[in-house]
Amino acid sequence: MIDEKELKKIKNSKIEWEKNCYIPLKNKHPERKEKFENLSGLEIKNLYSPDDISKNDYLKDYGFPGMYPFLRGIHATKYRGRLWTYRQFSGFGSAEETNRRYKYLLDHGETGLSVAFDYPTLYGYDTDDPWSRGEFGKCGVAISSLKDMEILFSEIPIDKVTTSMTINGPAAIVWGFYIGMAENRGINRSTIGGTIQNDILKEYIAQKSFIFPPEPSMRLIVDTFEFGYKEVPRWNTISISGYHIREAGSTAIQELAFTLGDGLEYVRWAIKRGLNIDNFAPRLSFFFNSHNDFFEEIAKYRAARRIWAREMKNLGAKKDRSLLMRFHTQTAGCTLTAQQPEINIARVTLQALAAVLGGTQSLHTNSMDEALALPSEKAARIALRTQQIIAEESGVPNTIDPLGGSYYIEWLTDKMEEETYKYFDKVEKLGGVIPAVEKGFFQREIAEASYKYQKEIDDKKRTIVGVNEYKMDEPIEIPILKMDEKGEERQINRLKKIRKERNHQKYERNISRLRKAAEGDENLMPYILDCVHSDATLGETCGVLREVFGGYKEPAIY
Amino acid sequence: MAHKIRVLIAKPGLDGHDRGAKVVARALRDAGMEVIYTGLHQTADMIIEAAIQEDVDVIGLSLLSGAHMTLFVDVSDLLKKKGIDDVILVCGGIIPEEDVPKLKKEGITGVFGPGTPCETIVDFIKKNVKR
Repeated sequence: MIDEKELKKIKNSKIEWEKNCYIPLKNKHPERKEKFENLSGLEIKNLYSPDDISKNDYLKDYGFPGMYPFLRGIHATKYRGRLWTYRQFSGFGSAEETNRRYKYLLDHGETGLSVAFDYPTLYGYDTDDPWSRGEFGKCGVAISSLKDMEILFSEIPIDKVTTSMTINGPAAIVWGFYIGMAENRGINRSTIGGTIQNDILKEYIAQKSFIFPPEPSMRLIVDTFEFGYKEVPRWNTISISGYHIREAGSTAIQELAFTLGDGLEYVRWAIKRGLNIDNFAPRLSFFFNSHNDFFEEIAKYRAARRIWAREMKNLGAKKDRSLLMRFHTQTAGCTLTAQQPEINIARVTLQALAAVLGGTQSLHTNSMDEALALPSEKAARIALRTQQIIAEESGVPNTIDPLGGSYYIEWLTDKMEEETYKYFDKVEKLGGVIPAVEKGFFQREIAEASYKYQKEIDDKKRTIVGVNEYKMDEPIEIPILKMDEKGEERQINRLKKIRKERNHQKYERNISRLRKAAEGDENLMPYILDCVHSDATLGETCGVLREVFGGYKEPAIY
Repeated sequence: MAHKIRVLIAKPGLDGHDRGAKVVARALRDAGMEVIYTGLHQTADMIIEAAIQEDVDVIGLSLLSGAHMTLFVDVSDLLKKKGIDDVILVCGGIIPEEDVPKLKKEGITGVFGPGTPCETIVDFIKKNVKR
């Protein structure tokens, strides 16, 4: 962008500036630290200027929004055209209670839904399974049947609002419940929009709600890709997620590298199956974390867009839509403090702003009380208002990629990209993503990073306001969400009734057809939908797949 | 030679949040203790069985899902039922203030919430081990 002669002049002047201005002042008044580092441990210089930028071809390396390499954004009008979606991840207790919370959030201006399921649902168990003990509705809403799904979305206009569902191991079945629910309401599957997380690789790496071994899990995912573009074309069949990798303790660079690496692995599996990349790639989506280091987060999203576009082109994608790294962001739950919980509002605001400056398509802002319990109604509302203030008061969305061209941001974007490729090489040397999972590579990398982070906090090398500095000894006064104690009993009775009253012949026939199909290599989605429409429960349907595919035990590394 | 404190770190139930358990396991190891990590998805039976097999002084339970009042208490109940009284039980996770006295009453002597420095846990164990 700047010619060589000019660049040389800048370089020389910078040396002069350092010698005459910077160093004398630094000698007189030493800086606060010997060395400044960001959260990934990259050393940050005192100043960035044009000579720090490694990429110097604007049209090739930066381009314009909506044009390759999409560094500056995937849309030509960006937030000037349409704001990001306010999508608050939410779910607790019974389907009835969560349905009320969704209506509350929509009434207060939320524009998309996002379902949090409880642990039994995430592992494909019904609420009355022994493994579900103590977990009903704790970490999310319990959904064991089509009927539960119908209650969850009762009176919600699913033809107008899109729904994201954080479900992985049993994603195909839970998606089946959603499709079945829509169809029972007379809404055609081709018109519903939403997302299933469906990202099993990061489950093995970080979130740990895996059910089956990697191979059959990957097969199920490719089944959903294929079924999705043919039958439910407005649905994002995967949300390739760095969020949980980061929450498990990774750095931003690891989050970026492992997530994109996972994404490319799914694409390779789908191509191997014989799918055309330009058919399924437009429905791949991403999900990132937004942590405390403001600029690092922004650079991460920008780098992700450029790397994804380049690598998808390398894998043979021809359509522009196949190259787009579309993503959802959630502010970092792991940064919330139980101490002085109200100050979490400030943390969340900064993290949300980073996501917006990085060009997110949708956003979840955490509630201030989440280090203590599930969010209360008031805390959830304040979190939503935080997004509305950024969107509608701050003026930030007025122009596209406002930090593009910042010497620091562009340097950091390039640097994170470079570090990502180093991780790609490491994983390739280990034989690819799945062998690296089985060898515990990612798990070890994350455990190292999270231990280092905790040690820095314990040793006061890293300040966490209210935790290791500026502490207060005061009782924590935050109202904690109470759940309906009858919810579990009600749902179990519903399950009993379903099992008793359904058409047994139809149920048996469809369950055994699913088993047979699972033993072969057909696409399982139509068989799963038949089970859904025969009132097979989540645990029963998933149970068949468990029997055929087996389970998975991870190496316990710390 | 002084007895090396033996600790079992366990993840009961389905909860997959293992960051805290792993960080604490490492901190205890770095503090000179012998640490055994069970991995995920343990039942109360599996945890007590491992504690007996490994002859531990401490069982550390971790849960962030909110199921602690059921699953931690299952472990303390089983411990009592088996007549094991020389092993201390400690726990950590997202545990609301009001549950802390209830857990202590069940015999879980140390309850460590978010933001606890690892050193606090190390000191607590050193002071409270029974052998």
